[in-house]
Amino acid sequence: MKKVIAREALCLDCKLCEVFCRTAHSKSKDVVRAHLYEDPAPVARITVEGDILDSVAVNCRHCDDPACVNACITGAMHKDPETGIVSCDESRCIGCMTCLAVCPVGCIKPGRTAVKCDLCQETGEPACVKNCPNRALVYVEVGGDAQ
Amino acid sequence: MQYMVPEFEVERNTSRCISCGACVRQCSYEVHYFDVDGKTVLADESKCVACHRCATICPTHAIKIKAYDMAYKPHANWTPVVQQEILKQAQTGGVLLSGMSNNKPYPIYWDRILLNASQVTNPSIDPLREPMEIRTYLGRKPKKLEFHKNGKLKTKLEPQIKLETPIMFSAMSFGSISFNAQKSLAMAARKLGTLFNTGEGGMHPGLREYSDCAVVQVASGRFGVYKDYLENCRFIEIKIGQGAKPGIGGHLPGEKVTVEVSNARMIPEGSDAISPAPHHDIYSIEDLRQLIWSLKEATQYKKPVAVKIAAVHNCSAIVSGVARAGADIVVMDGFRGGTGAAPTRIRDNVGIPIELALAAADQRLRDESIRGTVSLVAAGSFRNSADIVKAIALGADAVYVASAPLIAMGCHMCQQCQTGKCNWGIATQRPELVKRLNPEIMHERVVNLITAWNHEIKEMLGGMGLNSIDSLRGNRMMLRGIGLSDRELSILGIAHAGE
Repeated sequence: MKKVIAREALCLDCKLCEVFCRTAHSKSKDVVRAHLYEDPAPVARITVEGDILDSVAVNCRHCDDPACVNACITGAMHKDPETGIVSCDESRCIGCMTCLAVCPVGCIKPGRTAVKCDLCQETGEPACVKNCPNRALVYVEVGGDAQ
Repeated sequence: MQYMVPEFEVERNTSRCISCGACVRQCSYEVHYFDVDGKTVLADESKCVACHRCATICPTHAIKIKAYDMAYKPHANWTPVVQQEILKQAQTGGVLLSGMSNNKPYPIYWDRILLNASQVTNPSIDPLREPMEIRTYLGRKPKKLEFHKNGKLKTKLEPQIKLETPIMFSAMSFGSISFNAQKSLAMAARKLGTLFNTGEGGMHPGLREYSDCAVVQVASGRFGVYKDYLENCRFIEIKIGQGAKPGIGGHLPGEKVTVEVSNARMIPEGSDAISPAPHHDIYSIEDLRQLIWSLKEATQYKKPVAVKIAAVHNCSAIVSGVARAGADIVVMDGFRGGTGAAPTRIRDNVGIPIELALAAADQRLRDESIRGTVSLVAAGSFRNSADIVKAIALGADAVYVASAPLIAMGCHMCQQCQTGKCNWGIATQRPELVKRLNPEIMHERVVNLITAWNHEIKEMLGGMGLNSIDSLRGNRMMLRGIGLSDRELSILGIAHAGE
């Protein structure tokens, strides 16, 4: 499957990936409205860790054997057998955050329900990759178990 | 008390600012900062250099950099800039330093020269439908060619450099610019079939794989010059002078001499890399001749040797001397050529325009019947393809460009290269800034720029009814001056528009 790969040597710590992730997952899809006026405020699914010298954007690895899916008590968290994308069915999620506790990379964000990267399925290319000014994020085929 | 007022003002549109802090983290001059609330972004405008990094990276376009609107009592002579410079020197007691190139409004002759086009009597050519040749060969050409009876060439040719475009990238040393910037140019040069120039700072081992498109420079400091360096190139360039600062050598401040720079230059880490003003073994044309032939001997006569001089008052005589000394390629760098750091007064007041120097040198070499023995390369600010076409018609075989590809890579001409804080990752060695310039992206942008220029050159050639750049070389009939004096026209060797 295609995954977002972060190349830390090129990460600028600008955090535009976070900004555009929030925007892509907002109601308005407008960068200013999403950040200033929307309630609840959209949550960034990707986080830049580190500082200006060494930083890297971390987001869901869409693991082959996802701990979050195994741990989910309602079956909300699921891995699409075709695309391999791990996503949270918000209609079934009760916000217990067991997934957050077991995620080995810390990529599930708390909210009313669990919030996580969905690789921007609707638009094709993830917003973080599309808007990274230095191509530190790339969306590439990495193999894995999805067909 | 600070006597100087800020040069620029940061205007933040608070209705659009989302406090993402990208500007705060991106500004190496530390202009932007968060207020104690951690949300409101403030700016210390006195530090702003107008490099536009913040405005470019801002996801909501909330930042605008404006000139600091300070009224001065009008005075035609004591302009605000003049006063500011005096205040700066009164405060520091130092020589004013600047980056980039001559910043004074001297005449730009390229803008006073017009190109010809074919009408009726000779057909213009459509480069999209017919072949158009811009391939260029540099190197010493024989006076005449002799052939065997079977048609094979009898004359032994000196080594020639084949370029797919008459545009090469000028010397910018590793140290003055970052490794990533040099690598971007090297990658672009390979894709374009042209050459990049290592500058005087030796060659980073990471660029060794690009030696098939490298020009290596031997300058007065002789930084990083050794056998392998000379052998891993297409041609060797002896740098006598630089258009931005004729008469003085380079000065790379110790802060920029990182481990990698010190290895490439073969000097101690953190020490100032000071190139002497002259080569201390060259005090005459005869001495230059010795160095040229030493370098040829050292490389088994396989590499052409170029000599780069700054365009100065009597440069045509110097070019003639250099050609006779054995140089295969003579590079002339006009006073609008760029630099990583130069004393402002020298940058702005020394040297002459490349247009006049090139025309004069080409004419002198022709008068002395030695034009064919050398290739002439012009440097010193080519802003677009039309400048290049005009330079070739004035007699250049090829041109060197550097500022334009730097702009393609993000440079906004803030002229602070000497500070080593380049926010675009170009003129800096700080790792957090260097990584901002991703060679993967930037070489593509440079390739795009030069490819676009190649197309435009072909279009202009076609318009003139020429199908080869060789037919344009030194073809001053294709040029007309506009608004120039008789004296200027005679130096340029062109007629006035209407003639």
